[in-house]
Amino acid sequence: MSDTAAIETVATGVAPWFWPGIVLLALVAGYSVYRMAAIQGRSWVGMATAALFGAWVVLFWEILVRALDVPRVLLPAPSLVLGALWDHAPKLWGDFVQTVGKAVLIGWALGCGLGFCVAVAIDRMPFLQRGLLPVASLTSAIPLVGVAPIAVMWFGFDWPSKAAVVVLMTFFPMLVSTLAGLQAAGKLERELMYSYAASYPRTLLALRLPAALPFIFGALKVNATLALIGAIVAEFFGSPTAGLGFRISTEAARMNMPLVWGAIVVAAVTGSVAYALLVALERRAAFWHPSVREG
Amino acid sequence: MATTKTLTQRIAHDWLPVMVVLLAVVLAWYGAAWGMNAQGAIERVLDEEAGYTQMELFEATMTMERPLVPAPHQVAADFYESLTEWPIDSPRNLIYHVIVTGQSTLLGFAMGTALGLLLSVLIVHSRTLDKALLPWIVASQTVPVLAIAPIVLVVLGSLGFAGTAPKAFIAMYLCFFPVTVAMVQGLRSPQKIETEMMYTYAASRWQSLWLLRLPAALPFLFPALRVGVAAGLVGAMVAELPTGAQAGLGARLLTGSYYGQTTQIWSALVMSALLGLALTGIVAGVERLVLRSRGAK
Repeated sequence: MSDTAAIETVATGVAPWFWPGIVLLALVAGYSVYRMAAIQGRSWVGMATAALFGAWVVLFWEILVRALDVPRVLLPAPSLVLGALWDHAPKLWGDFVQTVGKAVLIGWALGCGLGFCVAVAIDRMPFLQRGLLPVASLTSAIPLVGVAPIAVMWFGFDWPSKAAVVVLMTFFPMLVSTLAGLQAAGKLERELMYSYAASYPRTLLALRLPAALPFIFGALKVNATLALIGAIVAEFFGSPTAGLGFRISTEAARMNMPLVWGAIVVAAVTGSVAYALLVALERRAAFWHPSVREG
Repeated sequence: MATTKTLTQRIAHDWLPVMVVLLAVVLAWYGAAWGMNAQGAIERVLDEEAGYTQMELFEATMTMERPLVPAPHQVAADFYESLTEWPIDSPRNLIYHVIVTGQSTLLGFAMGTALGLLLSVLIVHSRTLDKALLPWIVASQTVPVLAIAPIVLVVLGSLGFAGTAPKAFIAMYLCFFPVTVAMVQGLRSPQKIETEMMYTYAASRWQSLWLLRLPAALPFLFPALRVGVAAGLVGAMVAELPTGAQAGLGARLLTGSYYGQTTQIWSALVMSALLGLALTGIVAGVERLVLRSRGAK
């Protein structure tokens, strides 16, 4: 079937009132979001507007995919994705445990913990700091996820190889951010600590680590996404028969797109929840900081 | 402070520590190659019954055919060989793969930057978009894009796009986010007094965007571009994985992993690191030129 034929069947497949109806609905959608955003002085407006916008997008997606008969290999309707999520819930739960529960969580904790400890350790040694910091910042330009095949060779197919990739990907951002954060305490405050005859550990605990918190949380948030990406990509290079990356690559090869999208939804929800949790934690831990106060 | 240093001081202060760290890395690499290859070398290369000296063991770990960890000089040799012994259009030459991956990275970077700039201007000027769109842009980054890569490739492929375009699309998805977020922040960075002055001049929205907001946002833009181009490279490389692409650094990694060509994986990794550094270096160079022409130090 040629492309023009496909377009003709699409064009004749819908009722004549379909496009005006869609335009009308789009105007309603736009206006409702606009009115919602214009509400002043309520704290829930931001969330609600975003949610409303998202709901409209999903609705339009459903309508357009169904009405235009888009092949589900290209773009499955949201209802199909939901159905796949429901039908394959145990399978996807297994993938979630394999990828997120083991590789991401362990790798992220190890990578961030190591980065933090090394940063605090080399903070005392200016020579090492001057030597390591430029090298560490350079690694941000290097596609570190490429070490996945090597990690699979060293640590086998199961989650340790994925966790190793995640450790490597999260270590350097954490190191660089923590070091930058430790420098963030102002000169005035530092001199005050000096005039109190505070020891180095005391200054670190009472002044410099708190001052570094926004930087540290920034790295933790970025790393949460990086860790998820790293683990999923590493599974493309070989994996036991579970894992979100494994599911995506095998089901995409079988053209079972609703399940692929289901796995993506799981990954996206995981990423968003992790991000939201870290933001909430940051508000608790660094409530006094201007960057949190204003936001 | 930095400007008054003499050359020797700069070498001692800035370069010496970096050199020491890099030297330590190379030594650790050799140590790892020795330690991790020892087992394989004893099993496959050396004759265990006849006995071997430690020197022979060391030599064997450094020259193995398919080592667990190739020694630095083996990677360097493979790297050099691939650059000199094959024509540039041969898939055995790394330059060929760099060109393929670099093309999709740069195309995606250009598209992502354009999209990011457009979105940030729209968001800054519309309260509705700010409320409705920005949270989703943030959420979009928690979707592991690389997960969508196979789908994007299938969808775009069936629409008649093949080759560079789908990979560039994924690179774009990774690039636009840092640019959008930084530019929203940057475009809002002019102080109230400055925006009010534009108002007293009866400047149009367009004029205050062009004359005040954009220049003020430049220092925010360039760090985002550096992040974006590095992210775009990752996107372009990963997009080459699930498609079974024949060319590109990602494909090179995958074939190396299929055929157990360890040294090939390592030299492809080194090449991708160099490409990443070159791309961010170019952006940093442009940044310096632009900021200097605007009177920064």
